[in-house]
Amino acid sequence: MSAQPVVEMRGIGKSFNGVRALGDCRFELLPGEVHALMGENGAGKSTMMKLLAGIYPMDAGEILLAGQPVQLGSPRAAQQQGIAIIHQELNLMNHLSAAQNIFIGREPRSGFGLLVDEAALNRQAAQIFERMNLALDPRTPVGRLTVAKQQMVEIAKALSFESRVLIMDEPTAALNTTETAELFRIIRQLKAQGVGIVYISHKMDELQQIADRVTVMRDGQTIGTVPAAGTPMDTIITMMVGRRLADAPAAPPDTSRNPVVLQVQGLRRGKAVRDVSFTLRRGEILGFAGLMGAGRTEVARAVFGADAIEAGEIRVRGEPVKIRSPKDAVAHGIGYLSEDRKQFGLATGLDVETNVALASMRRFTGAGGLLDEAALRRAAQGYVARLSIKTPSVHQQVRLLSGGNQQKIVIAKWLLRDCDILFFDEPTRGIDIGAKSEIYKLLDELAAQGKAIVMISSELPEVLRMSHRILVMCEGRVTGELPAREATQEKIMQLATQR
Amino acid sequence: MDKPSPSLLFAPATRQKLLAFASLLALMVFFSAASPNFLQADNLVSILQATAVNGVLAIACTFVIVSAGIDLSVGTLMTFCAVMAGVFLTQWGLPLWAGVAAAIGFGALCGAVSGLLIAKLKVPPFIATLGMMMLLKGLSLVISGTKPIYFNDTPGFSAISQDSLIGELLPALPIPNAVLILFVVALAAAVALNKSLLGRYAFALGSNEEAVRLSGVNVDLWKVAVYSVSGGICGIAGLLIASRLNSAQPALGQGYELDAIAAVVIGGTSLSGGTGTILGTIIGAFIMSVLTNGLRIMSVAQEWQTVVTGVIIILAVYTDILRRRRA
Repeated sequence: MSAQPVVEMRGIGKSFNGVRALGDCRFELLPGEVHALMGENGAGKSTMMKLLAGIYPMDAGEILLAGQPVQLGSPRAAQQQGIAIIHQELNLMNHLSAAQNIFIGREPRSGFGLLVDEAALNRQAAQIFERMNLALDPRTPVGRLTVAKQQMVEIAKALSFESRVLIMDEPTAALNTTETAELFRIIRQLKAQGVGIVYISHKMDELQQIADRVTVMRDGQTIGTVPAAGTPMDTIITMMVGRRLADAPAAPPDTSRNPVVLQVQGLRRGKAVRDVSFTLRRGEILGFAGLMGAGRTEVARAVFGADAIEAGEIRVRGEPVKIRSPKDAVAHGIGYLSEDRKQFGLATGLDVETNVALASMRRFTGAGGLLDEAALRRAAQGYVARLSIKTPSVHQQVRLLSGGNQQKIVIAKWLLRDCDILFFDEPTRGIDIGAKSEIYKLLDELAAQGKAIVMISSELPEVLRMSHRILVMCEGRVTGELPAREATQEKIMQLATQR
Repeated sequence: MDKPSPSLLFAPATRQKLLAFASLLALMVFFSAASPNFLQADNLVSILQATAVNGVLAIACTFVIVSAGIDLSVGTLMTFCAVMAGVFLTQWGLPLWAGVAAAIGFGALCGAVSGLLIAKLKVPPFIATLGMMMLLKGLSLVISGTKPIYFNDTPGFSAISQDSLIGELLPALPIPNAVLILFVVALAAAVALNKSLLGRYAFALGSNEEAVRLSGVNVDLWKVAVYSVSGGICGIAGLLIASRLNSAQPALGQGYELDAIAAVVIGGTSLSGGTGTILGTIIGAFIMSVLTNGLRIMSVAQEWQTVVTGVIIILAVYTDILRRRRA
């Protein structure tokens, strides 16, 4: 691999409103290389790549493409230089078809350049899909595709630019194992065609599978570049966090004799939930494992009353209860932390205090309907301290905090509401490694205090590390239950793919 | 996989339109049964005539709403265009074509101003067009000296709306030109919305503006274009109403924007953008005028007509929500 780098970034600096985001950073990408960019959230990976994609202007440094210095003033300029970026939050127009999305801004024309030549559009898109070995009708509205297919549409869009550099920001965050394999197949194909790929990810196990080299960033600086093969994960993690993580899983406590707090019997809802039964004990962390779409989220939403159930019995502390809405669930002490915090869990434009108290406002309402603001602030401050939420004050807007701290605020909200049965749906999605281990610690503490926890997670190491007992689902059914000490990744995968 | 490619007017969501169309038919059947006068040829022609202005305004609104914007100024812009036609034709004595060009041109210009306010100054569409609505209302009164401008010196002007080209060819069908213009505008708008670059970007902006921006498209330019086209169509509506009244009435116009938006919404276009069809909008406009006409024929008091219209709008949007939930 002595080829000339397709991208060289040197001495890169960037500040936002006087706050330094990047200082003297460098990065190099060879043609046909998959180069992983690692680092905690806020380390500067995304900013670095947004400079390369022309989304932000640089303050200092230079970018060389195939040895030539270039100015990338806009996304369009970067596209024309053959640089394409696929954002973590996919940027697609859901109402438009796949083909229309791919060629937005570059539609083939007819009728004196005024009309869009739809036939040519679909033909060209079909050709790209064919080159990718992808079975997809270019006329399908993107909103009807799975996340995995939507990502393929983004990749097809990048290919349509004849891109020589493809930046992918956490492409597998929302993909299941099969879909990830499909994505890797496409990535290898692009690699063989000489496309340089920047791969941003938090998933360490993917590096060994797909990456050639790894560059680690921390606090707005490039820490170093190492080959992916032969570098122990511990080394990379140490580079990322600047210290070693004490993350050795302790032997799970024996909770098998604790009282049952939640019993679900014969739960049904369409094809997503078929005859699901399980019990949850006090002080227990019950892991829900399975592929995406196995019905785990649907079970949680049904128990929480967010979706209507067709059949099934729910008992809370032995008493049969009817849960018709989240309000009923909360009244029985059940809390649900959704996988999509921004959409369902938080009012991100409001401050920490309001979000913590969102489910318990009534408690802080005094005579005459006025809020007791002093009590509200005290309660919020209490949880900020107890969960070590990093925020300048309880009046900070939640959207300005990191993903890990946002997650803690949702937890605080349910704790304040006295919920002792908690459903955590993908609690560490999009959270960096440092914050992850804090969330793990917090879940362990909550369980030790007697809370009963269901943790849904698509990351097997996480399920294995956290759970006292593991329930595996596949296609709406519970296909197996494993005590933590007998569970292995292989056993879980076997149960999760049972047809 | 191989569905037939959608025809012009029916793209892209046919089923949704069928519901609106069925409601329109149901209304007509109901009023026919309720009053023998409803199905008379004279009455049907007057329904068509009455739909023309609101229909054209609603088409203008469809472009803006599909792009996830809103335009509250279409009513007073229509009046402003009529007044400008009056200035060109009556006060300056210019030929008819100049008056027509003035109405459409000033419409597009005012639309462009709204578009620039929204795209460049980042004024929210609701506020920008609310301001334009009042501004244009005032300008119309100032320019006309608060008095109607009559078109008595331009004999061809009233023919724009009142004569019947179809009637000359087929004497049995004395459908006024206003209706013909409505359908021509609708057809052109359907092509523009479904087949042209402008329409494509209107849908794209309404669906995910950030994605369009990151695709390297000049988002500001296309926003201005969408509001300009909408404004130009309002100019056509101005010509229609002025021609029907043979005068530009400067105090008229406010309130028309809400009828137009209601027609768009009844026709199944979502106010959050990204979806919508011209056919739906036309059906929506007809539902509103059939309702007004039918209730009047049944001698329902004016104030109750308004109540019923309000209920229909809410019902229309609610059925649309139900349909989506099932899908």
